Amino acid sequence: MQFMLLFSRQGKLRLQKWYVPLSDKEKKKITRELVQTVLARKPKMCSFLEWRDLKIVYKRYASLYFCCAIEDQDNELITLEIIHRYVELLDKYFGSVCELDIIFNFEKAYFILDEFLLGGEAQETSKKNVLKAIEQADLLQEIFERASFQHLLWDSIITHHDIHVTFLRIPKKQRLLAASWRKSDSHKNALLLCSSLAS
Amino acid sequence: MSPSVPLQEMIRAIRSARTQCEERGVIQRECAAIRAQFRQTDNGGRSHNLAKLLYVHMLGYPAHFGQMECVRMIASPRYSEKRVGYLGAMMLLDEKQDASLLITNSIKNDLSHSNQYVQSLALCTLACMGSAEMCRDLAPEIDRLLQSANSYIKKKAALCAVHIVRKVQDLGELFIPAARSLLSEKNHGVLHGAVVLITELCERNPETLKRFRKTVPDLVQIMKGLIISGYSPEHDVSGISDPFLQVRILRLLRILGRNSESASDAMNDLLAQVATNTDSTKTVGNAVLYETVLTVLDIKSESGLRVLAVNILGRFLLNSDRNIRYIAMTSLQKIVGTDHNAVQRHRGTIVDCLKDQDASVKRRALELSLALVSASNIRSMIKELLLFLSSCPPELKAQATSGIFIAAERYAPSKRWHIDTILHVLTTAGGDVRDETVPNLIHLITNASELHCYTVHKLYRALVTDISQQSLVQVACWCIGEYGDLLLKGECQETEPVQVSEDDVLDALETVLQSHMSSSTTRGFALTATMKLSTRITDNVDRIRSIVSIYGSCIDVELQQRAVEYNALFKKYDHMRAAVLERMPLMERNSSGNTNGEATAETITETNSSKVTQEDRVPAPPPQQQPAKQTYDLLDLLGGSSEPLQQIPAAQTLPINTSGSAGGDLLDLLGGLEPSPATPAPSVTVYEKDGVTLTLSCEQQSDSSLAVTLTATNASESDISGFTLQAAVPKSVQLNMKAPSRDSLPARGAAQMTQLVMLNNPNKVNLKMRIRISYTRQGSAFQDMVQVDSLPGLS
Repeated sequence: MQFMLLFSRQGKLRLQKWYVPLSDKEKKKITRELVQTVLARKPKMCSFLEWRDLKIVYKRYASLYFCCAIEDQDNELITLEIIHRYVELLDKYFGSVCELDIIFNFEKAYFILDEFLLGGEAQETSKKNVLKAIEQADLLQEIFERASFQHLLWDSIITHHDIHVTFLRIPKKQRLLAASWRKSDSHKNALLLCSSLAS
Repeated sequence: MSPSVPLQEMIRAIRSARTQCEERGVIQRECAAIRAQFRQTDNGGRSHNLAKLLYVHMLGYPAHFGQMECVRMIASPRYSEKRVGYLGAMMLLDEKQDASLLITNSIKNDLSHSNQYVQSLALCTLACMGSAEMCRDLAPEIDRLLQSANSYIKKKAALCAVHIVRKVQDLGELFIPAARSLLSEKNHGVLHGAVVLITELCERNPETLKRFRKTVPDLVQIMKGLIISGYSPEHDVSGISDPFLQVRILRLLRILGRNSESASDAMNDLLAQVATNTDSTKTVGNAVLYETVLTVLDIKSESGLRVLAVNILGRFLLNSDRNIRYIAMTSLQKIVGTDHNAVQRHRGTIVDCLKDQDASVKRRALELSLALVSASNIRSMIKELLLFLSSCPPELKAQATSGIFIAAERYAPSKRWHIDTILHVLTTAGGDVRDETVPNLIHLITNASELHCYTVHKLYRALVTDISQQSLVQVACWCIGEYGDLLLKGECQETEPVQVSEDDVLDALETVLQSHMSSSTTRGFALTATMKLSTRITDNVDRIRSIVSIYGSCIDVELQQRAVEYNALFKKYDHMRAAVLERMPLMERNSSGNTNGEATAETITETNSSKVTQEDRVPAPPPQQQPAKQTYDLLDLLGGSSEPLQQIPAAQTLPINTSGSAGGDLLDLLGGLEPSPATPAPSVTVYEKDGVTLTLSCEQQSDSSLAVTLTATNASESDISGFTLQAAVPKSVQLNMKAPSRDSLPARGAAQMTQLVMLNNPNKVNLKMRIRISYTRQGSAFQDMVQVDSLPGLS
């Protein structure tokens, strides 16, 4: 895949992922022309079109157009499936996704895309695995965001597949307690592993 | 997981701006705040600020001041900052920016980080925007990661390796062993990555391809496992188990089996199994089937399998989903050359697709239909294509018309049908046909002598109906001019004759002349046609005379010249008029040796005179162009052509001055006929060495100008290429070298090269010429010089 664009019915760009090196000016030009071309197509028309020397595969979901540019040897039908898989991932993540979710959480949309596609190719074909990875990464991010101190000792956080990590913040002492539990246990019955992290 | 509040507030603020101006204001304020924040030392909100900046960037505003911040954030130990930093790097930095080099070290460190999510960020960024230098630096690291135990990292490393190979092909060697071992993985993500990597390696290096052919049995095993195994909820998509992996494996099998019998044999059974067992009710199944068909058609498959594949495509053609039909036609286009008969079976469906609403589908159907035209189905196909032409989208018209013409020419069952077809096309889409259609059609009409009556009747009718299609009008005018007497006779066997009077016909031509829709060329045709009618009709010659004299003062130079010359024909040369305006003889098309014209009739006909003048005036353009130009030259009777192909060289031998001294022109014209163009000029050999012979012959064109023809042949045993001649003459003489006929001389005199040189010698000095010859033979260059002191053939 050379690039993927998401844009609204009015032509506003919501996401752009480029897998080929192009200057900003070229990207803007391509985006503008392609958006115009796709928006001009009627509803029942074919999802594939030839544009310059690329094959364009696009699909409309509610108010958003998902548009991919693939190379000659790529399979158009499977690209449609890739687009559909991405929409499913977004849907699962945001819970019944709509355009506003993607606007206000655009960076999350990117993170999800980066867990699904890498360098223009699909990296994980299991929906479950992609969502799990995102969840883990998000947790990790939250730890670092909530922490009010400078450093966090990486070694003290376990990020193996089955073990989730969360934390508790104790206001008075400004300390962080890391709590971990195994996947089979529920949130409430957390086992506290005392890893107190100094500021 | 809490959303980033500052970011969301900013987005809300931007969206609530009602005008573009207001939005710009908000953004400028925000950017200023962000810039200030960046300058401060570490604070907790760094990632929020960068996220805001990235949003602003997506709206299209400049954000380059965030590049250094990205670099800083990537180096931060905090995951939240790294995540946004890397995202920023992928959005703001690309390999063309200098700042991208600065993150190489950070990426290197992060690739060896203890946390897999940090590693994944680094891998993702490298695969997205890694430049060639970065790839070279980090390739060993990636290779190490390919062998790690963590499948999460392995799958990403595989795709990162794909990017590296795309950027720096030589590094592919590095990844071969690791790629090979990855094929035995169980994890689908890793398998998928491995297959993509192997595909990339094999596509780029044929040696690697040979090595990986041995993996075909393994790949077949994996595919079989996917198809046969039971329901696997993790990878299932509408009943197909991991279609993404299946499609990639099929593509790799295609590449491996392409030119190899053994590999193709090994995958035969598998492909048959996939083709028959895959459920094709949903797009997913069709995607896998499509890839299978592509593979079957590309490898050396057995014929039964090929038939199966084409049948699948046939089924696709009948699918209600437009996408599938489009795909089917694209694939059929690829094989229409090789499996022509198989595709012919589906001709009906393809022709139906011409009527589809979608422009992409129409285009594919048009291309495929044109490829399927053959002698047996020509009539029905052309009928369909003509129907298509009437409702065709404008961007496809040119392709459709030229396709129809080519098909009609190749398979026309009868001349009448051919003419009918061309006329139909001209009436429907006359504006989109190529320029040579008009002379081609005229040539065709002339040669179909039994149909002259029929043709002129049809064309007259067409002309009276509509004069907007220029090509049609031009042909119609020409025909009426030539065969007007047949029209006026009022009887025709082939079609319903029109009862017209001479006035009607002249009215029609005059309408064309006066209409603002007619182009200058069309007017020229109409005027000439009117003139020709003067010998074919009896009563209204005066009317013609008056029409012609009106145009003697026309602003259009071309028309004026013609009108004045015709006037002269009426006044001074009335005795010649009948002969000059006689019927055209049959023309020879595509005979490249035609430069001197064939004297087909003893009487000095229009054609010969124009050929001679044209030949003198337009000496030796490249001979391939000559045939097309010939017919145009013929139509272009007396004067300079408005056709832009003609180059008027500097040393013009028979200057046709356009101020209209018509009598003088005609005299020149008639005078130029005296020296018979057929007698060959005496030639003399001026150079002979190493088998290369150069001969020179001259022809006096007029008092001061001379046409010299240089001919070169190669009698040696080896071919010569890059043969060029340069000539020098005494100072007062003007030299004009025309393009040579060829620049390579094959061995043993298989072909010769001619080049025409025009000399203008106003001061009548003694003509000498120095010629430099340069050529390449067997890889080495030769150069030589010869002086010619007296030119032969000079009186």
